Amino acid sequence: MTASILVIADHNNEQLNAATLNTLQAAVELKAKTGSLITVLVAGGQCEGVAQQAAEVSAVDQVVLIEDDTLSSQLAESVAPAVIALTNEATYSHILCAATTFGKDLLPRVAALLDVSQVSEIIEVVDADTFVRPIYAGNALATIKSSDAIKVLTVRGTAFDAVAATGGTAELNRFIVTHSNELSRFVSEEKTVSERPELTSAAIIISGGRGMQSGDNFPMLEKVADKLGAAVGASRAAVDAGFVSNDMQVGQTGKIVAPDLYFAVGISGAIQHLAGMKDSKVIVAINKDVDAPIFGVADYGLVADLFEAVPELEQSLS
Amino acid sequence: MKVLVAIKRVVDANVKIRVKPDNSDVDLANVKMAINPFCEIAVEEAVRLKEKGIASEVLVVSVGDDRCQEQLRTALALGADRAVQVKTDFAVEPLGVAKLLNAIVAKEECGLVVLGKQSIDSDNNQTGQMLAAIGNMPQGTFASDIELKDGELRVTREVDGGLQKVALTLPAVITTDLRLNEPRFASLPNIMKAKRKPLEVISPEELNVDVTPRLTTLSVVSPSERQAGVIVSSVAELVEKLKTEAGVL
Repeated sequence: MTASILVIADHNNEQLNAATLNTLQAAVELKAKTGSLITVLVAGGQCEGVAQQAAEVSAVDQVVLIEDDTLSSQLAESVAPAVIALTNEATYSHILCAATTFGKDLLPRVAALLDVSQVSEIIEVVDADTFVRPIYAGNALATIKSSDAIKVLTVRGTAFDAVAATGGTAELNRFIVTHSNELSRFVSEEKTVSERPELTSAAIIISGGRGMQSGDNFPMLEKVADKLGAAVGASRAAVDAGFVSNDMQVGQTGKIVAPDLYFAVGISGAIQHLAGMKDSKVIVAINKDVDAPIFGVADYGLVADLFEAVPELEQSLS
Repeated sequence: MKVLVAIKRVVDANVKIRVKPDNSDVDLANVKMAINPFCEIAVEEAVRLKEKGIASEVLVVSVGDDRCQEQLRTALALGADRAVQVKTDFAVEPLGVAKLLNAIVAKEECGLVVLGKQSIDSDNNQTGQMLAAIGNMPQGTFASDIELKDGELRVTREVDGGLQKVALTLPAVITTDLRLNEPRFASLPNIMKAKRKPLEVISPEELNVDVTPRLTTLSVVSPSERQAGVIVSSVAELVEKLKTEAGVL
């Protein structure tokens, strides 16, 4: 049997995370180089619906469902052994996962258990064993060749277009694992509830920085966001200052985004922030400091007091 | 409980790096170097655990050539008790570093390992998870809060969409996120004291670990630079240009 390409699905037991569709595009490009089939692994608890969604995704050839209550919270200590059990049953040339916090947490554990290196956050597939990835916060791009038998890769979603979520008719098989996780236990989670789109998949993002002065001023950005159907983000400075929660951070160590339109409001443009948004198609900067580095990357700059400019922007959108 | 912290010598976070003209690597000649910021947070957390009486000893480890002794001394000045340099003359990959650390964790019988979540040079975000896998330990990655409770380690993790709390058995591996703590500055008396703290140098062979690289860097290039655009004079002009010129509204 020939080896296939394994894509581990990022999901919440109900919905396939959109980042998985971008990861699948990287798998499609690998398939073009190798001819291998694409298998999606859905591991979780009560997650058959996700496996059905995965089977409908256009590029997918096979879906493997590992459903077990011990996998409900998808901790790396329980999912990694399940992935290893699967790799003992079938041969995989590549194992891919989205570079979300789920993928970043899980995949190095899988790689180490397989005794192979991982190539993190690839942005280009050169050939079956060679990949391009950003280093130094995206200030350099390295082309890396792997000599390992199994290539373990996390995929930066913004670098690959999403494959179509429908149109596929992949075969769905169940795989049974017997493993109990004695190492870690899920306690609780606080998810930020928002009606707005997710940062990593939004077409328009409006982000605020230290210049916002307080979390109380973020509703000003939210009003603009609601008119545009945009997501709201923040710089590390704004998160560190406690204005907003950590999951809104755009940057080298937060979320990497590349929307069609990115508004940087009261953001100076530190290297770490630019690393997270400089691939946006159009960048708008609103800042009262004419020397702010953000103007060096912005397509449109407005030197103005944001407390006047943002409400005016909101008004002009109605 | 003995706590192990690993640190990496990296280019200072404020330096704008340049790619070498032959595209072989980033040019680090005469560039300011420092402890990786996430590793510094790890050192701070370990030292705080010692100050709270939870850690009995803080052991700091770095893998690299002799220049990383500078960063090990800094960590000693910040409050670590003892340093180990695993001496190598080439960049060891995260898998190799994880194996080296695992050998030291076993030898020293460490109860907790605190690492930075990623280094700001290679941006891999792998070593902690790999160490946890190899040592069959749980992993609390991207930690913004840790608390020892009823013999378990409660870790608050910064995940996409919010915060997650997990409970880990010990020994465990923690990787730090930015908001875990704010590192202190080393005082002059502590910098002087750090010079006399023990620093041991060992080789990967002594730890019986094979660190042969699996990956080859074929080239390193600069990304295409974004050009600065235009400065608009008013919100009205901005909206107009976004609609007609850029076509994104």
